[in-house]
Amino acid sequence: MGLLSKKDAALITDPFADNNPITIQVLGICSALAITAELKASIVMAISVLFVMGAGNIVISLMRNIIPSKIRIIAQLIVVATLVIIVDLVLKAFQYELSKTLGAFIGLIITNCIIMGRFEAFALANGPWRSFLDGIGNAVGYGVILILVGFFRELLGSGTLLGFPVLGDPIEKTGAYAFGYENNGFMLLAPMALIVVGIIIWVQRSRNEALIEEN
Amino acid sequence: MEHLELFFKSIFIDNMVFATFLGMCSYLAVSKKVTTAVGLGAAVIFVLAVTVPLNWLLDQYILQPGALIWLGPEYAEYDLSFLSFILFIATIATMVQLVEIIVEKFSPSLYNSLGIFLPLIAVNCAILGGSLFMQSREIATLGLATTYGVGSGIGWFLAILAIAAIREKIRYSSIPAPLRGLGITFIVTGLMAIGFMSFGGMLTGGEEEAKEAPKTEAVKVIKEEKAKEVKKEELANNTKEIQE
Repeated sequence: MGLLSKKDAALITDPFADNNPITIQVLGICSALAITAELKASIVMAISVLFVMGAGNIVISLMRNIIPSKIRIIAQLIVVATLVIIVDLVLKAFQYELSKTLGAFIGLIITNCIIMGRFEAFALANGPWRSFLDGIGNAVGYGVILILVGFFRELLGSGTLLGFPVLGDPIEKTGAYAFGYENNGFMLLAPMALIVVGIIIWVQRSRNEALIEEN
Repeated sequence: MEHLELFFKSIFIDNMVFATFLGMCSYLAVSKKVTTAVGLGAAVIFVLAVTVPLNWLLDQYILQPGALIWLGPEYAEYDLSFLSFILFIATIATMVQLVEIIVEKFSPSLYNSLGIFLPLIAVNCAILGGSLFMQSREIATLGLATTYGVGSGIGWFLAILAIAAIREKIRYSSIPAPLRGLGITFIVTGLMAIGFMSFGGMLTGGEEEAKEAPKTEAVKVIKEEKAKEVKKEELANNTKEIQE
């Protein structure tokens, strides 16, 4: 990649695994859990956050020298809120049904801790290009977990992916259902999102011993 | 009656943490010790009780389609609801700042115990979530909005108190190394959320006629259940310790 120096590339790849915003930095859990019962909603949420993070980090980074540090939280919130309104209106225009199901959670991107966290930790101290890369990297790391959770919950909970049946028809008893497989409706309920994320953390930490916490 | 129903509904059935996952970030970050958890929980109750009614007023008189009619009939067409995110978050951020200043002035001791948490609260999703759900559930009166705010705050307080107590105990149990810390906290929260789902039948389970009378009873039962649940969790932790 000619455009990216090695240091810049690390900004994108680090949050992907070893510095993942959800499983390591513990940021942005709220929205990650509430909307992951369907894969489609997870993907849309991931894209929305990608847009808000990328654009927001650029704006904040450009303004970092003129924001007085006492009111920076309010300034940041206003920037994010404006971007989220754009996302909300676009979704309402092109994906009305989906924006109904996501409901208040699009609005809650504003208080998504990843966004504020990266503003505080990175965009206030770095130039626009690096901030943009950092935003994209973290948003992708967030999106990967979201899509992973959405994938398992929709597959095991309703036997579909993006609404298409992949395990056969549960009523006609075709595909996997012919062998007595049943959908686990429990996966669609809210608490299972927590447990799925817990298991992802477990798998990740057992593969990478350095991440294990002190008791 | 309406108030009582909404109050207990927002504490148990629509619990901020267990049913809608709001405020998870601070819930996970500040739940290592019971004392700090209590401080943050109290601050959340307070801020929710102030901001939800305030945002209700904003929603009712500025944001809703046709809400500007009190300015004159020519304003009846305006629909400012797309501005609600930015107005709500601005209200919350200013209120938090204001509350911080007032508390610092009048009660330094309270400020010292809440102080560090107050700025954190502006970006707690539970606060904005309270206002957004208040809007999407179309809560009818100012009084109900206040009840909803206080109830949701108490629900969040209970949740963070419970997880902090469990985490203090769990430190002495032998958990598989990769699950330590964050992993087990997620799974315990998931199990607690499954427990809280059993409150779902609380308001819908009864027959229409029986709706009036047994409600106070139901409340008592729930309190007992809650106490039992906490005891059970403690018991489980104790047995774990003993086994160790």
